[in-house]
Amino acid sequence: MQFRHKIAGGDFSKAGNAASSVKKVLNQLNVDHSIAKRIVIALYEGEVNVVAHAYSGVVDVQIDEKQIKIIITDKGPGIADIEQAMKEGFSTASQQVREMGFGAGMGLANMQKNSDFMNISSVPGEGTVVELINNVRPYEG
Amino acid sequence: MKVKGSQRDFHHALIVDKDLCFGCTHCVTACPTQAIRVKQGKASIIVNRCVDCGECYKACPVSAISVEQDDLEMIFRFPVRVILIPSVLIGQFPRKIMTSSIYRALKELGFTHVYEVENTVDLVLEATKQYMHDRKERPMISSYCPAIVRLIQVKFPTLVNNIIRVNPPIDMSSRYYREKLKASGYSDKEIGIFYATPCAAKIAAVKSPVGEIESAVNGVININFLYNRILKYLQRKYTETEPPQTDDLLSSRGILWSLTRGEVVHSNGRALAIDGIKNVNEFLENIENEKLDNIDFLELRACDESCAGGILISGNRFLTVERLKNLAEEYKVREDDKNRKLSDDTLDINEYGYWGNIEPRPMGKLDEDIHTALKKMDRKRRLMCFLPGFDCAACGAPDCQTLADDVVRGDAQLSHCIFMQQQMIKQNLLNSGHALRITETIWGKERLNKNCNKIGAEDENS
Repeated sequence: MQFRHKIAGGDFSKAGNAASSVKKVLNQLNVDHSIAKRIVIALYEGEVNVVAHAYSGVVDVQIDEKQIKIIITDKGPGIADIEQAMKEGFSTASQQVREMGFGAGMGLANMQKNSDFMNISSVPGEGTVVELINNVRPYEG
Repeated sequence: MKVKGSQRDFHHALIVDKDLCFGCTHCVTACPTQAIRVKQGKASIIVNRCVDCGECYKACPVSAISVEQDDLEMIFRFPVRVILIPSVLIGQFPRKIMTSSIYRALKELGFTHVYEVENTVDLVLEATKQYMHDRKERPMISSYCPAIVRLIQVKFPTLVNNIIRVNPPIDMSSRYYREKLKASGYSDKEIGIFYATPCAAKIAAVKSPVGEIESAVNGVININFLYNRILKYLQRKYTETEPPQTDDLLSSRGILWSLTRGEVVHSNGRALAIDGIKNVNEFLENIENEKLDNIDFLELRACDESCAGGILISGNRFLTVERLKNLAEEYKVREDDKNRKLSDDTLDINEYGYWGNIEPRPMGKLDEDIHTALKKMDRKRRLMCFLPGFDCAACGAPDCQTLADDVVRGDAQLSHCIFMQQQMIKQNLLNSGHALRITETIWGKERLNKNCNKIGAEDENS
């Protein structure tokens, strides 16, 4: 199954909505809680990145029996040096964003940590595509 | 340490009185876990979803939901009859009523010993400190409110490991006083320990404990029942009843414990107190998404104003809070307030202070098997294209999404929706006679007939 979630740039109050609905779906699909937890955290970080840096974005979620694949596509400034952006603590977030408690430079690192596969491609000045894949195993409780 | 059998034999203290229930949707839509459906004109509770929070009890316009309790006569099976009372029992009464008179009234009712539940809060603090030191999960969530513990089990399974597995004061105190009385020469069987409960969740927690350890409480008496009996006693020109056995150990910490912020004030680090199940629900939702691990401790209570707002508290919750705060202030200036705690080693908290495992009991799953669950999810999403999204609850489920879930699980039909019925009639898939029969299976045969006894109708209350 697949579904799409739109993200508006700059609206921090709505960051987390996609993560929230994915969480509900994963619960209904009886996906192991520890796996669901990682996916939700990774997606939440991704949403915050779009809200903090980009103008708009979409989350595409594809779930099958083996894996959950999330593709976050945004229109925005893009990432000039992906390797540098991946480093913990590196952030280009504005002072304003930092004051709101975001922009600690942990976003991409956290996403990496909480996914089984992550790929980032970006065109500076156009936008960024982040692909996250996590393997799914049903909860055997 | 006795371990109780299956987690699945789940006990609930909330009961629907089928004679009083007239079939409406107040409880259905008030339930925070979507645990109620209307069937054959009566509310019916889905046991695996109910967390005993009591929102349905508050919402019912005809008091058709009641809270079970043990018969007071049951206490007389025991020569030693202990009642454990929470401070909110005292807080309901005007200050001019002496606490000692309330104790005497409890003696008159048949109890030989009266102790405050909160006399063991220092043991809880000690055990919590140790537990939080040993565990790295953050935020850690207090185990105090049993409705919250169950809410986490069914709705936030990823947070089950964040619950502090320390016995709350009721379990700590019932164990302590049992051991204490045994040490003074009584046999285990002679000691009956009863708990005056402010809510349904605590009854459920005593009857089927979450942490797998059997409760040391023999029975539960509802506070509203005791409140009425105590008032009656106080109104009489009472013959001097002998005071019951007690130990005068209540501290200002204990008095405030069951109120909002009663726990967080003792917490080191960053701590938050949240009351009201809707607020808690919203906050836990955030925690699951955002990984707020820079918060150390969460005090979460299902009722507004915590236990002062318990469904079995007769007194006004705001006045109850005010009185207890005043009482705590009086205690605080006493020299011995800090030392008013259990100082003996009757209870080994390493043995009795902690819970066993807490199982997640996720309620949302559409199927055990992910292949089937995915198919059901697809179907549910397709059904949602057709359901009107009014969330009117006329189908007997709280909202359209819940009906769709019920349909794909095989527990309901799409035709339970009265708007879908109209569509089906229009397309000759259903005739109006059949539609009426469907509605009657949900709401009962008589439900749509004229009835002037309804609230607001001509013969209300007659």
